[in-house]
Amino acid sequence: MSSTYGIVAVTLVSLATLAIGAYGWRFSRTTSDFFVASRSVRPALNASAIGGEYLSAASFLGVAGLVLAFGTEMLWYPVGWTAGYLVLLVLVAAPLRRSGAYTLPDFAEARLESRTVRRVSSVLVVAIGWLYLMPQFQGAGLSLGTVAGTEPWVGGVIVAVVVLLNVMSGGMRSITFVQAFQYWLKLTALLVPVMFLLLVWAGDGAPEPGRAAGAGRLADEVWSSLLASTSEHPMYTTYSIIIATFLGTMGLPHVVVRFYTNPDGRTARRTTLVVLGLLGLFYLLPPVYGALGRIYAPDLVGGGRADTVVLELPSRMVGGVGGDLLSALTTAGAFAAFLSTSSGLTIAVAGVLSQDVMGRSFRGVRAFQAAAVVAVAVPLLLAVLADGVGVARAVGLAFAVAASTFCPLLVLGIWWRRLTDVGAIAGLAVGGGLSGMAVVDTLLRNTHSGWTGALLSHPAAWTVPAAFATMVVFSLLTPRRLPVNLSQTMVRLHTPEDIALDRGPYPL
Amino acid sequence: MSPEPTDEPRRTRVTSPRSAAGRSRRVNVPSEIDAQTRIGEIYMTSLLRAQLRLALLVIGALVVLVAGLPLYFLAFPALNDVVVLGMPLAWVLLGFAVYPLLVVVAWIYVRAAERNERDFADVVERS
Repeated sequence: MSSTYGIVAVTLVSLATLAIGAYGWRFSRTTSDFFVASRSVRPALNASAIGGEYLSAASFLGVAGLVLAFGTEMLWYPVGWTAGYLVLLVLVAAPLRRSGAYTLPDFAEARLESRTVRRVSSVLVVAIGWLYLMPQFQGAGLSLGTVAGTEPWVGGVIVAVVVLLNVMSGGMRSITFVQAFQYWLKLTALLVPVMFLLLVWAGDGAPEPGRAAGAGRLADEVWSSLLASTSEHPMYTTYSIIIATFLGTMGLPHVVVRFYTNPDGRTARRTTLVVLGLLGLFYLLPPVYGALGRIYAPDLVGGGRADTVVLELPSRMVGGVGGDLLSALTTAGAFAAFLSTSSGLTIAVAGVLSQDVMGRSFRGVRAFQAAAVVAVAVPLLLAVLADGVGVARAVGLAFAVAASTFCPLLVLGIWWRRLTDVGAIAGLAVGGGLSGMAVVDTLLRNTHSGWTGALLSHPAAWTVPAAFATMVVFSLLTPRRLPVNLSQTMVRLHTPEDIALDRGPYPL
Repeated sequence: MSPEPTDEPRRTRVTSPRSAAGRSRRVNVPSEIDAQTRIGEIYMTSLLRAQLRLALLVIGALVVLVAGLPLYFLAFPALNDVVVLGMPLAWVLLGFAVYPLLVVVAWIYVRAAERNERDFADVVERS
């Protein structure tokens, strides 16, 4: 592939991102603009922004790579990432918006009236955010290395700088425009090339990916199987992926922070519905690249470069300048994915850092900007120093941690009156501790066989129930610690905003 | 007090417990909820229950229709050989069919949840 087109594509996406961010900057003046775009984003725009933010490197590159390497069972990832939004919609969307809080720690404090719960939540938001940012930077380095032959750290640094410039200048308001643009860019970047690829494929007599076994490839029946047949315990692994993705979505800090930009609870629901449609549309495409890759680019698996199949396939199948241009388009989409997800995560982490970690004398927009630098620098350093764990692997672990911590906190906090601060802290500690253990084990690249390996590489199936059980048991043991304003909080979470009711003091 | 037993409307009205109880105890729901009385709690609980029942119904559908697939394919291995539109059934279900299903379920949910809230608003604001 010619590196010129790839470099031009990356430059254009970066410039477009900065330009749109500067456009949004003209409207960003207040602290409220920075954190939640003054809560005035319409469903269509907001849904595009959520979609743009959510579709990360793992979605754009990882899904196709996983399908190419491991087969049909990997379709559970995109399905779970979409179904996670349905679970979020029915359990969390409207009450979370109505809670009136900016961030997850705000919600935790408002519901449980405890500073300690707030602090524990803050630590977890930062941990999940960094765990999710690290693979974005690694993916950027991998992609730029593929298309332009640069060192692995260059791509990550470019993404970090563009994100910082945008976030520091315009905050949430400008990022909303940027991310909405990036959803449509990502969709186009997969949709246009795939049409040409399918034409080529049909011209070749439409060979079946499921009957393409050959040197270095999985056997046909393994590749076509719905169960995670490449692991030792397929049923356990499959259900652990399902639990992590179905329940983890609601606990991701950059997903949750988006809900506060809706005008009210009803629009929060409608926005989520549109998001589901946008995600469903997008996720139709990456598996097609994976399946075509099995026929046309099987050597990528052996070389450990399955994640680059989306970038390489167009130039391989179409050839000539046309193929190079199509590959440049998918590269542009990939960079849009890194930029948008990193922006969202940076906003979420910086919001928590500036509110909960920095001192009282250091507030408002300045604190937010300083926090953004820290929010980006740490995972960038991790990505540069540490060897890649694999984009989809690290993202999968972030989902598992989110499902084991914020999922029980949100679900029980919204629907169960008897949750207490002691119960919440115990549950967060158990869920975060157990899943964190699995994360550290994976980052240290320990290898285990048998059940130990399955349990540690896919922890959600046991850490999520453990966190729920701990929260319930410790809450029931401490019935006297119910929050004072519990009834008003429940009224605020569940009643439509246009009914005049006493909702207690709003957290902000 | 006059001795005639027939026309004493005033005395009847004062002593009858029924007419007083039957009529004008109008409940002002917003103030009942604000004051956290038993009646207010009942209204809130009914809204919460309705929304939670709806949410669990959707999650149940999600579990049966989507999350159950690995079990169905394990229980009926013949499903692995089914071919639809030239593709394996598993691929058709997980690669394509599941997304419209999720959107339709979400659409039904949003309508039902808004209906629950309208019902609650009607009760509260009619009072």
